[in-house]
Amino acid sequence: MSTEMATNKRYRDKQKRKDAFISIFIGFFAFVWIFPILWTVWTSLRPYNEIISYGIFSRPRSLNFDNYVNAVKEMEIAGYLLNSAIVTIPSVILTLFFGSLIAFVVTRYKFKFNLTILLLFTAGNMLPIVLTYIPVFWMFIWVGELFGNRNMFYNNYAGLILVHVAFQVGFAAFVLSSYMKTIPKEISESATIDGANVFRHYWNVILPLLRPALAALSVLMTTWIYNEFFWALVLMSDDSKRPITSALRRLQGQYVTDFNLLAAGAIIAALPTVILFFVLRKQFIAGLTLGSTKG
Amino acid sequence: MKTATTSKKTRSRRSLSKTDRFTLSAFVGIPTLLQILLLWVPAVVTIFLSFTYWNGIRLSDIRWAGIQNYKTIFLNEPLFYEALKNNGVWLAFFVLVATPLGILLAYQVDRGIKGHAFYESIFYLPVVLSLAVIGIIWNFMLQPGGFVQGLMGLDIGNAISIWGNPDINTWVILGVASWRHIGYIMLLYLSGLKSVDPALKEAAAIDGATEWQIFRKIILPTMKPVNIIIVVITLIESLRAFDLVYIIYGSPTIFPLLNLLVFQNFAGQGLSMKGAAYAVILLVLCIVPIITYLRIVFKEDLK
Repeated sequence: MSTEMATNKRYRDKQKRKDAFISIFIGFFAFVWIFPILWTVWTSLRPYNEIISYGIFSRPRSLNFDNYVNAVKEMEIAGYLLNSAIVTIPSVILTLFFGSLIAFVVTRYKFKFNLTILLLFTAGNMLPIVLTYIPVFWMFIWVGELFGNRNMFYNNYAGLILVHVAFQVGFAAFVLSSYMKTIPKEISESATIDGANVFRHYWNVILPLLRPALAALSVLMTTWIYNEFFWALVLMSDDSKRPITSALRRLQGQYVTDFNLLAAGAIIAALPTVILFFVLRKQFIAGLTLGSTKG
Repeated sequence: MKTATTSKKTRSRRSLSKTDRFTLSAFVGIPTLLQILLLWVPAVVTIFLSFTYWNGIRLSDIRWAGIQNYKTIFLNEPLFYEALKNNGVWLAFFVLVATPLGILLAYQVDRGIKGHAFYESIFYLPVVLSLAVIGIIWNFMLQPGGFVQGLMGLDIGNAISIWGNPDINTWVILGVASWRHIGYIMLLYLSGLKSVDPALKEAAAIDGATEWQIFRKIILPTMKPVNIIIVVITLIESLRAFDLVYIIYGSPTIFPLLNLLVFQNFAGQGLSMKGAAYAVILLVLCIVPIITYLRIVFKEDLK
């Protein structure tokens, strides 16, 4: 008995020493990890002239938010952020709505096509996106011309939103349906016996139960859609309609000579997802792990 | 009793009223239609287009090309082989270095060291950043007048081009890509590790197992489903890679990747539909990991 306790103690002491050593190592690694971000923040707080005349590592003579003020003014950041919101918010809501509909039907009703549908959606989410660029681009232009308005989908927020929804709904349907499988079937049965029709069964019974999964997914989807920028480059010909993530690419070329200003622009562009992450970290992680570790 | 349940079942099947049936068809139909129209139809059309010449303007201009586009790519396109090589190196680096590092970090952070939540946040931070922002951030580190060149004692006047140097740019790009990938893998792995019983580890350690033995004999087998998923994600991410390189270079000539070639041939030289052929080649490469993934996640349903 006492020898066992001694081994236990020796083990714990050894672990403690190891933990201390590993903490230092991890701490160092974490510093290296965050350094580029800190450097960008640092750069964004200093005027460009100072770096030109005194060098990269010069002692700061003035630290302020001038670059941020100028970025908002010169780069028209507010407009781009608004574009991002116009695209991201409806895309996320529609993706979750459609995803939950599919999940609801395939897990609560026994149709023959259930598995096919779910496979179709999940596989669709994994296709290389470039496989669809050319046809979607021409389809949007043609459909627009058919209705006499070339910009109905092409160069229009609506087109971008539809594309985002079509691509993300597969992930949402998959995650929500694996979540739904954990909700007991009896709840649905009693709802049906009580005479609830399909819509009320979905809206009043299932949707409230899905809330935690929807919260997790919405954080993840917002991050993904906000950060996506290729579709906006392909489908938006007016730069003024592009979301901020896509606009950054052009700004990078334009402000290459004043990179302190660009640093401020990049930080502003990153802020929405970073804030979202810090406020709803749990949901973000839950969203990612819900989708990938259901084995 | 038995008849009661069967009658209840038939009733619930039959009890779907007309309205209910309509609602259900709309519930499934609308999302499926969107998915088919904007994803599956375009995918099939791209496969078809890869066998044609077309400038994309009028449908009547489409000319059958047979396998000519593929022939051009395979025989006359040095960039294609360079892209294959780069994607291969990318894949190898992610599988052999970045992913194991992410797992190692997850394993170490999982020991519950002091401030682990803080460290986790730092490692996850790059995962929430867009690649556009990541490109800009790393430019500040590496471009003339950036941090690294400053450290090397090179001011703007006699700076060197790190991105343009073919001897090192592969490793620099892979490093930046790993900066994001490692956090992602760590996040996925850590959530799996939390479900491993710590008593198991402790018991093994007291019996004299080394850390490496514990990891190989206890952690890896328990984490098998997560391991496979992570490998598949790594494969797909490596094949799909290009956003970062596009942000840095804007064209595929310096560091070609398959995806980048699709994009360039789509935007630049539509005539031959070579872009479509590149996309199909990419699809063929992705098919094995995709099917593997689907088979894992639908294991029970497919039975």
